[in-house]
Amino acid sequence: MSGADNVVWLGTPAFPEAARTALADPQLRANLRRATATIRDRRLAVAAELEDWEELRETAATIKRHTLRHLDHHLLRLEKAVTAAGGVVHWAADAAEANRIVTCLVKATGESEVVKVKSMATQEIGLNEALADAGIRAYETDLAELIVQLGGDRPSHILVPAIHRNRSEIREIFRREMGEWGAPAPEGLTTEPRDLAEAARLHLREKFLRAKVAVSGANFATADTGTVVVVESEGNGRMCLTLPETLITVMGIEKVLPSFADLDVFLQLLPRSSTGERMNPYTSLWTGITDGDGPRNFHLVLLDNGRTATLADEVGRQALACIRCSACLNVCPVYERTGGHAYGSVYPGPIGAVLTPQLVGVENAASLPFASTLCGACYDACPVKINIPEVLVHLRAEAVEAERRDRLLPTSEAIVMKAAAAVLNSPRRLAAVQRLAAFGSRLVARDGRIGALPGPFARWSATRDTPVPARESLRAWWLRTRTPTNGDSRTTAEGKGRR
Amino acid sequence: MRIALFITCFNDTMFPGTGRAVTTLLERLGHTVEFPTGQTCCGQLHFNTGYRPEPLPMVRRFAETFAGYDAVVAPSGSCVGMVRDHHRVVAAQYGDAALAEAVEQVVPTVYELSELLVDVLGVTDVGAHFPHRVTYHPTCHSLRMLRVGDRPLRLLRAVKGIDLVELPDAESCCGFGGTFALKNSDVSNAMLADKMRHVQDTGAEFLCAGDNSCLTHIGGGLSRLRTGVGTMHLAEILAATEGDVR
Repeated sequence: MSGADNVVWLGTPAFPEAARTALADPQLRANLRRATATIRDRRLAVAAELEDWEELRETAATIKRHTLRHLDHHLLRLEKAVTAAGGVVHWAADAAEANRIVTCLVKATGESEVVKVKSMATQEIGLNEALADAGIRAYETDLAELIVQLGGDRPSHILVPAIHRNRSEIREIFRREMGEWGAPAPEGLTTEPRDLAEAARLHLREKFLRAKVAVSGANFATADTGTVVVVESEGNGRMCLTLPETLITVMGIEKVLPSFADLDVFLQLLPRSSTGERMNPYTSLWTGITDGDGPRNFHLVLLDNGRTATLADEVGRQALACIRCSACLNVCPVYERTGGHAYGSVYPGPIGAVLTPQLVGVENAASLPFASTLCGACYDACPVKINIPEVLVHLRAEAVEAERRDRLLPTSEAIVMKAAAAVLNSPRRLAAVQRLAAFGSRLVARDGRIGALPGPFARWSATRDTPVPARESLRAWWLRTRTPTNGDSRTTAEGKGRR
Repeated sequence: MRIALFITCFNDTMFPGTGRAVTTLLERLGHTVEFPTGQTCCGQLHFNTGYRPEPLPMVRRFAETFAGYDAVVAPSGSCVGMVRDHHRVVAAQYGDAALAEAVEQVVPTVYELSELLVDVLGVTDVGAHFPHRVTYHPTCHSLRMLRVGDRPLRLLRAVKGIDLVELPDAESCCGFGGTFALKNSDVSNAMLADKMRHVQDTGAEFLCAGDNSCLTHIGGGLSRLRTGVGTMHLAEILAATEGDVR
């Protein structure tokens, strides 16, 4: 399976169609609205507590920019430090290679099951499916990931993968599926959060105590010390990181930080931006292996899978600075109404709309850069100052250029855009079109409004009336009432600005 | 002050009343308004839809047409955002050094209406009179590209007779987004529905904003639902004086 197949879920329709399905689900929309609004408000409150919040953002952006510019250097330092601390570093160019490495490492232990702590990188490469093909069962241990896995579902949010599920849906999934995967749900399970959490705890406990191999992701890795960092809320991750004999971490190459001291910045920004907490409940750090403490073997798989190609794009590379906090998702009005599945990718929301097309090639996810109104709320929220609207527009141009290259005939949109450019490049042609529009639209207008419109505007006019173009354009009015030269008119504006 | 009016192609064609209002307003404040007839469009439609080289002639035309004025004003936050943030990008990528220089010269003179009034002309009370209940929608580009902040609200608060009511969830996008409304019409409609609900909750007679494109989208929906809520560009409220009928 190639990386592209996994970052973008095969068979997922383009964004507008997928969004239509999501919009038709009122329960989904209610779940999303409630969840994003709650996290959004919490984030604003805790960010406002820090007087140096804007400086922190600037510092983080600077560190990320610098790191990405010298990524090769820092990765080699990381490899050296991890190796010196008793770990083994593996390099994976794509998803297939990463999956092969992890599968071989698990097989070498003789085990046929692994526990996992939430990792987007392993979602990205489809590791669970690859392990299943090799006869190895992977158990998700993050509560939300567990809900997603038991539900035979896809994550819908970076931080809250089961954001699209409410409590009664979760109870049904637990009752139906837990027995299939291990300890069944207790009798009489209610929808109370405490009850649901207890059911998950019992279900997971037996897995933690049995597991010999764990697979994790990484939030950060520091090049100077070879330390890997995972932050989480429930402690299930810490169980995975400490109990098994073998720990395999799969990490995107962009997650490296130059120095341990940089964590000071990012461990302040991440929890505040993601969960709206001052500090996340569990921060686990480990450096290679330690005698008598934790796993006996540690493997770090450094995953490229399209990241080097992304790095080569001067505008687009800033997407690699993402620390997966999901602040952009929670403020995005488009995400709030569609949820993550519509993006057809492990990485949803505004960051997904810029990251996914770059990782898989824009022609394979061409609808995503257009899945935004460019309202800019994501840029304001991003703790590392990724200019998401800038990258979106940049990728739109890449998508249009790819389309131009690959097609024999231009799209109807391209024809319209060409015609529009011809009109807008000439005041004379623009004036002619204005006269034509004013005349033509009056034939179809009623009460100064136009109802149904043809062709590409049909969807617009299905829910909105369209105003009639003015009988006299501003240009025509100016020429009629004022000295028809290039400005320099002294007469008073006649008529009031009204419509 | 000698001020050039950049009316923008959309306002020129659909809402010339907004341009007349800007003219009335600025002349009332004692300034000279000129309309350079060589103007057309800022290039935003093409740029934001991914047609990147196409705006080059429009960028060139803009820089040539609007060179040498004390100030250039446009009653559209998003078009001013295009000029301020992207004309340099287009010029650098597809133009020549002379164009890049011309763009550098003209861009600092270009203002959105509320910026010009408050920052350059130093007025917040423009002598307007508008005895109606009004709610204000801060359009995304004014809010986040231009950072006009509370300038429009300061101007509106100084209008005599106005009953200015706060719009709930004002800062969330209305769902227009240019070609987004066509390409992702269902999401756009869902966003519009929420915006309209908030507007109706205020009980306002008029929804005011600094961009007629957003107002066309929201107003089109309000009209279809026969809500009776009208839309008005900021310039038109600021141009209104006692004795005007509305």
